[in-house]
Amino acid sequence: MKRIFCNAAAMLTGAVMLAAPALAAPVAEAATVAAEAVAVATEAAPAVPNPGNNGFMMTATVLVLLMILPGLALFYGGLTRSKNMLSTMTQIGAAASLAMLVWVMWGYGLAFGPEGNEYISWGKFFLAGVTPDSTAATFTDEVISEYIFISFQMTFAAITVALVLGSVVERMKFAATMVFTLVWLTIVYFPIAHMVWEARGVFFVMGALDFAGGTVVHINAGVSALVAAYILGKRKGYPSEPMPPHSMTLTMVGTGLLWVGWFGFNAGSALEANGSAALAMINTFVATAAGGLFWMLTERAMGHKGSALGFCSGVIAGLVAVTPAAGNAGPFGAILLGAIASVVCYFFVAKVKAKLGYDDALDAFGIHGVGGIIGAIGTGIVYSPALGGPGGEDFDMGAQLVTQVTAVAATIVVAAVGTAIAMYIAKAITGLRVDEESEVNGLDISEHGERAYN
Amino acid sequence: MKFIIAIIKPFKLDSVREALSGIGIAGMTVTEVKGFGRQKGQTEIYRGAEYSTNMLPKVKLEIAASDDIAAQVVETIQTTANTGAIGDGKIFVLDIASATRIRTGETGETAL
Repeated sequence: MKRIFCNAAAMLTGAVMLAAPALAAPVAEAATVAAEAVAVATEAAPAVPNPGNNGFMMTATVLVLLMILPGLALFYGGLTRSKNMLSTMTQIGAAASLAMLVWVMWGYGLAFGPEGNEYISWGKFFLAGVTPDSTAATFTDEVISEYIFISFQMTFAAITVALVLGSVVERMKFAATMVFTLVWLTIVYFPIAHMVWEARGVFFVMGALDFAGGTVVHINAGVSALVAAYILGKRKGYPSEPMPPHSMTLTMVGTGLLWVGWFGFNAGSALEANGSAALAMINTFVATAAGGLFWMLTERAMGHKGSALGFCSGVIAGLVAVTPAAGNAGPFGAILLGAIASVVCYFFVAKVKAKLGYDDALDAFGIHGVGGIIGAIGTGIVYSPALGGPGGEDFDMGAQLVTQVTAVAATIVVAAVGTAIAMYIAKAITGLRVDEESEVNGLDISEHGERAYN
Repeated sequence: MKFIIAIIKPFKLDSVREALSGIGIAGMTVTEVKGFGRQKGQTEIYRGAEYSTNMLPKVKLEIAASDDIAAQVVETIQTTANTGAIGDGKIFVLDIASATRIRTGETGETAL
């Protein structure tokens, strides 16, 4: 009975909201009266999630899991040598699993807890007090079930730490990846997620635009990957020995799964099945399409053949760039962002990286870091209504860009410092890197006692 | 009896096989091989990292033929597998000391 009553109240609220823009001024007073009546009704019972929104968010959440396993595992795995295939995929699966457990123990409390300040929160550790009836706010006056919100955010923590591992594959001990995951999430990811996405967070208050995680996920993962690769050192034989991807086929399959899953990531970040989610959806199509094609066009312009790996890399660059802009750009602003990010990432990984002398094995920084920075700063441009974005007429691009750059710079600093600490803790406990013989034999056999292909 | 070894471009295999069937060659052994000669290897590029492979894929044919058609076999392969470009391959002819059909124990040209 209670549930039925609440649903009716929610529907009434929805009806008033839908009707309000259509009402002319003379009937505004009547609407106010109706709204007051609704307010009284909802005060009597707590807000109840709309089953449609709940269902949408459950779907979005498992789509992000699809991005990790098998999406990212296959994308990264195909890029490694065949002797490190299982190691790469297992590190991703295990790091993501550890992130899920850490998230429900203290991660959610540190990022979205009830007490806190602009840098961190606390409370609700071990999900204390959360019940099936608990709700979490969305960006309107709707709510969704808190367990769904916790699960959705959990998958973001899981994929971000898995992305970092792309730079350290083929040489880092499995145990070291686990220690790193534990420490890095706690001192880097949870605070940044709080600062950008929680209502009290310093960048949230500043008005930094990050729809689905350009700073929290991609810049964070990319910069952390770069620092981790520097501390860990190059793979034996890099760059003189050829280390071509062992299966472009699996990388292409992984790319497809990442793209599909990314609709949960981006559209789900609206937290409701509404117009904002719809905008994020179309942008996730077109920015990505532009990214894939522009990478291949750049290859052609540089005198090479348009390649499968180029297409896959461009797709990821486009997805990364559109992540902060997903609900903050019009479709053509998103295309622009995807195309630019793709071209810049190409030059970074194909030309600049070789001169810098670090071994970011799978280009986690080159694509997630560089693409993320372009996306996060570019969001401050494509948000403008002049470019078809959802910004208001009074949108101040200059001020917004300052905010975006500040958030990006702060993320880079926290990620770099925190990663260094996490890597050195992992080194002290596990030794960090496998010995030379294990590295030559491949981590599949030396760390896991298996081979991917028999 | 002659033993003919031909290294050809993989895409020419079908037409060579058809042409040889046309002159009465009833069997051959085909192996996918890698090697190098005057034709340079190929370059692979992955995100800007260039790897040049100095071995190229080829197909090796092994044919045992009687003395009277051996020359015709060589000529047929030479004309059919020819593209005019470097890397078309080579044909080698060896003398066969003996041949035996395992099923029947026949020897010599009847075993071919």
